[in-house]
Amino acid sequence: MVSKEELLTLLDAVKDPEIPVLSIRDLGILRAVTLSTDGWIIDITPTYSGCPAMITIEEEIAKVLNANGITQFTINSSLSPAWTTDWITEEGKRKLEAYGIAPPVDEVDKSVLFSKPPVVPCPKCKETNTKLISQFGSTACKAHYQCQVCLEPFDYFKCLR
Amino acid sequence: MEHTYKFLLRIGDDSLILGQRLAELCGHGPILEEDIALTNISLDLIGQATNIYTYAAQLEGKGRDADALAFLRLEHQYLNTVLVEQPNGNFADTLVRQFFFDVYRKLLFEHLLTSTDEQIAAIAEKSLKETRYHLKHSSEWVIRLGDGTELSKERAQFAILDLWRYTDELFYMDETEIQLVSAGVIPNLKDLKPLWMEHVLSILNIATLKLPENQGFFGAGRQGRHSEYMGFLLAQLQYMQRVYPNMQW
Repeated sequence: MVSKEELLTLLDAVKDPEIPVLSIRDLGILRAVTLSTDGWIIDITPTYSGCPAMITIEEEIAKVLNANGITQFTINSSLSPAWTTDWITEEGKRKLEAYGIAPPVDEVDKSVLFSKPPVVPCPKCKETNTKLISQFGSTACKAHYQCQVCLEPFDYFKCLR
Repeated sequence: MEHTYKFLLRIGDDSLILGQRLAELCGHGPILEEDIALTNISLDLIGQATNIYTYAAQLEGKGRDADALAFLRLEHQYLNTVLVEQPNGNFADTLVRQFFFDVYRKLLFEHLLTSTDEQIAAIAEKSLKETRYHLKHSSEWVIRLGDGTELSKERAQFAILDLWRYTDELFYMDETEIQLVSAGVIPNLKDLKPLWMEHVLSILNIATLKLPENQGFFGAGRQGRHSEYMGFLLAQLQYMQRVYPNMQW
């Protein structure tokens, strides 16, 4: 029988398929691991409603646990409380930046129209003179920016609260 | 249960059908950024539909899943409003349709947060965050188009005249909604309408656009009677499942 700590370490091997440097723990989508009489219960929550990574993540969790001889478990996907980028760990933010994706920064309320886009430092050269190219990016969770100093185009992980 | 199931189909079908309409623009957006924006919004809507259908299928208890509800019903069994099935038209048509819908959905989800049905409240909580972002996008475009060039203003104004008549249906209520209101599952949709109108007018004023005086049309999509566009949309949506039943990606 594995301990909870051991199980959490095993689950660190499960990465977000679209951002393979981030584990589901770093991203804050692994919400709870509890032991019941029917085995482990693993609670996860999606980032966005339509996030196509969720199915892969569930399959990956099952694969990792089976490979380690754990067969008694249930994976629950719950919507509430709804995921927020505040749940990305500090470690996760550091990994994101090292991977070339700018981590979320504080943003103004979505109800403010034509608001100034947030100042997002370039993940490569760290300059803050960057420009929002598109509010919507390569996946639901990202916007597209370009650094005005080193000219690097980069993804910004949008703040969601 | 039966009423909750029907209400879920009504709001789930709105998400799926508008999501399908926006997906048609993949690779055809007027500029790259908008192509990405509209398909991102499409993905959110289809994701919301999946959550809503999953719960609906569970309540129905007949062994159907979200995919079966999405792909294997007949036209008269879809209960979306006629507004969301309207064709994409030009960019102003697409954005005005989206704007009318986003204002309604934001209000609806805000009021569903306190639903006595916990799963509906959870779906609303999740979807609301996405809907706020959609509304910001569509509101900013309605303002840019209305208060833009002569041509963009003309097109935005025409889109409003064309789509306005379908908006009353968003607040349609029959026995299903009446029962759910008294059980505290959903808000009274008739109370949402003045709030919707106030929000729409506040944006249209900035956009220098006008509303027609009369609404003069009553859509029946909530009862399964659709406009001629719906059959064509479903033919495309359902094609793979109809030709290769139970196929998987």
